[in-house]
Amino acid sequence: MREVAAEFAHPVMLYSIGKDSSVMLHLAMKAFFPAKPPFPLLHVDTTWKFREMIAFRDATAKRLGLDLLVHVNEDGLRRGINPFDSGSSLHTQVMKTEALKQALDKYGFDAAFGGARRDEEKSRAKERIFSFRTATHAWDPKNQRPELWRVYNTRINRGESIRVFPLSNWTELDIWQYIMAESIPIVPLYFAKKRPIVERDGALIMVDDDRMKLKPGEKVEERMVRFRTLGCYPLTGAIESSAASLEDIVTEMFTARTSERQGRLIDTDERASMEKKKKEGYF
Amino acid sequence: MNAPPKDLNKFLADQEKKTLLRFLTCGSVDDGKSTLIGRLLYDSKLLFDDHIQALERDSRKHGTTGGDIDFALLVDGLEAEREQGITIDVAYRFFATDKRKFIVADTPGHEQYTRNMATGASNSDLAVILVDARKGVLTQTRRHAYIVSLLGIRHVVLAVNKIDLVDFSEPVFDLISKEFSVFAERLGFASQVHIPISARFGDNVIARSEKTPWYQGPPLLDYLETINVDSALASKPFRMPVQWVNRPNLDFRGFAGTIVGGRVKKGETVTVAKSGRNSKVARIVTADGDLEAASAGEAVTVVLTDEVDISRGDVLSAPGSRPEVSDQFAAHLLWMAEEEMLPGRPYLIKLATTTASGAITSLKHKTDVNTLEHLAGRTLHLNEVGYINLSLSQPIAFDPYTDNRDMGGFIVIDRYTNATVGAGMIDFGLRRATNVHWQALDVNKDVRAAQKGQKPAVLWFTGLSGSGKSTIANLVEGKLHSNGRHTYLLDGDNVRHGLNRDLGFTDADRVENIRRVAEAAKLFVDAGLIVLVSFISPFRSERRLARELMGPGEFIEIFVDTPIEECMKRDPKGLYIKAKAGEIRNFTGIDSPYEEPENAELTIKTMEAEPAVHATNVVSWLEERGYV
Repeated sequence: MREVAAEFAHPVMLYSIGKDSSVMLHLAMKAFFPAKPPFPLLHVDTTWKFREMIAFRDATAKRLGLDLLVHVNEDGLRRGINPFDSGSSLHTQVMKTEALKQALDKYGFDAAFGGARRDEEKSRAKERIFSFRTATHAWDPKNQRPELWRVYNTRINRGESIRVFPLSNWTELDIWQYIMAESIPIVPLYFAKKRPIVERDGALIMVDDDRMKLKPGEKVEERMVRFRTLGCYPLTGAIESSAASLEDIVTEMFTARTSERQGRLIDTDERASMEKKKKEGYF
Repeated sequence: MNAPPKDLNKFLADQEKKTLLRFLTCGSVDDGKSTLIGRLLYDSKLLFDDHIQALERDSRKHGTTGGDIDFALLVDGLEAEREQGITIDVAYRFFATDKRKFIVADTPGHEQYTRNMATGASNSDLAVILVDARKGVLTQTRRHAYIVSLLGIRHVVLAVNKIDLVDFSEPVFDLISKEFSVFAERLGFASQVHIPISARFGDNVIARSEKTPWYQGPPLLDYLETINVDSALASKPFRMPVQWVNRPNLDFRGFAGTIVGGRVKKGETVTVAKSGRNSKVARIVTADGDLEAASAGEAVTVVLTDEVDISRGDVLSAPGSRPEVSDQFAAHLLWMAEEEMLPGRPYLIKLATTTASGAITSLKHKTDVNTLEHLAGRTLHLNEVGYINLSLSQPIAFDPYTDNRDMGGFIVIDRYTNATVGAGMIDFGLRRATNVHWQALDVNKDVRAAQKGQKPAVLWFTGLSGSGKSTIANLVEGKLHSNGRHTYLLDGDNVRHGLNRDLGFTDADRVENIRRVAEAAKLFVDAGLIVLVSFISPFRSERRLARELMGPGEFIEIFVDTPIEECMKRDPKGLYIKAKAGEIRNFTGIDSPYEEPENAELTIKTMEAEPAVHATNVVSWLEERGYV
């Protein structure tokens, strides 16, 4: 992180409000102590995030005294893109990937931190820690810069940028252990609680506001659930759980038989879909 | 996964105590690297249900194992790899057992991805080299063993895979084992262990196989769990390259960095490697409170007792054993780019937190990776290894790579594409650098120039053969001379009859050609002359090198822009006809590229006016800017 601060003119930290972002932000606070991180936070808001996430986001920025930039793809909003009618694929493309590119272009950021980890998904396993993006934000997995030792090539031409993944070598378990050890605040949605749930296509979806229209035969039930990963609420499946504390969560992880991204409906909507999204500029 | 821990706190404490082993797997195409890693993940019960389901689905679609689970599909992440059945990039995998945590770099076997293997090796402590029992030790096996040793890995496992396909034969295993030992003897590994395995069926991977009763050693995972790879970094001399100066307000000035060697304590004296200035450690600051001491691997912020001038790129070090400081080195270099390495061409060199411009001054020899023999050569191609002399534009602090990877490993960056084109490992600093001092002279450039009443400069004419460079340069010199100016003209053809008569027309020779001419031009400028250089000089990098040799405003690049069709038509020396007939090789514009200038001071479009008009324009340009 200090490498980025020292080598780039306009870095930014992508802040997705999830547990990985929380850890990444915590590390930044430590790396630059007693100074504040010399870059703003950027949240790309699809307008479909859980309300608790937005509240947590604003509280965090205020608590730490950091600059928070929020970007919404206004064009997408006008076109009425939403996860229910547009489908998850188009929604993600327009409201996340396109929106992110808009924001990076608008502010002219030349380096962006992301909280992605190599253990999450197959194509992410091959991501560099300093990952080069062309002026159109595209990723070319076959033409990545070799990354030796801890010497990072930070050279770019105007308009090009680097995505930086400081948590590359962390596993999900590492994240939770670190959250416990350092008492890092996280969004309450990670803890089990009775929440209004609809079962749709095998996933447990939380009804977070009245934009979610019920289909015939669906009914809202109060169920004890929590989330292993957070995204747009209509696209994020909960798991039934009674883990209401960090200790419970770590214990539960050891009995888990499915990976965390399983709750993410966007990963499987096309085969090799993550790699495709990454080439287009998704994180 | 594992059974739920009974006592969570004890469990977490155990987790903290686990050591981490970073290793890489390498081997030739189809030796089964990905299958082995998939097997390790699967057998150590580290796969999630949804991964296994996806795996079964994919195995039916792309699998090469006839309906059985194909573990390789788990690891070969990228679409292209799944379809071609080879690993083309480094994939990192994570798993843990009760004893250790592991990060595995799964690296490509195919020759064109050797650089990716070096990448994986640079961050690993141990290498598992796979060999197909049916094929034995291959060229690629030797290459990998050599590169692994070059990058400083001290421990190797030779995994003789597919032992099931040779009927678990002991003689086959022994033969391979012996052949590898003979080769590896010269590579100086601290330990090497040879294990017969079948990644597909799991023999000797997790548990010892009943089918190889003749093998007495440990199964692979046991060995990986227990081997001690500690390089004792913390007991080495203190080193901290300064990454960033932390200055939130006027009262605080801290130097942030990761300690890459030794330890440091509050109150201890430290030395700034380059300047030799000493100070004492006042505080070791972290967000969780000040530390009394910190050691290798920790990222800290150090506050010193004195106001010492320190910036990014400086190295804080132990006063008793400071790193060396030099601007010239002998080093091993692995070339990683399609475009060949050209001695003399300016590159950027990044070592620890310092980036400096520099050039490879000579290629001492190349190394044949099969025999480790030294070969003569002028350039390095993709995946080739050489021993070089490196010269930087400024002195830097370093340690030999074998003493400290972080202080002796550097990357080479192309100045135009910004690609990482090479990886180097410093062997030692060249004494020459510290002993050749610049002789200060009383009569200097300014005095000489003042006497002649002109501003010395280089007019660098670049363009295709037959574009009209020499014609216009001649006319310009004639005009300047008749105006009483002091000039000298260096012409490409003429210089090749003398100073550069030993050079040909390969890319490497063209670079050297320009370097010598640029140096000669610099001496003439120093003598106070206006120098006209008329050279094709096809590459941007070398024109930039020439530009950077001169002072500000002294280099005037003049692009003589004539379309190639016109040059061919003019063909004053009959060269294009010969080149097209194949009688001349490496001819610019025919089978060797010309890179047009991007920021030339002057561009002359020869199609638009007569040479005499252009010459007059050049002279007026000089007059307007006060050169003459």
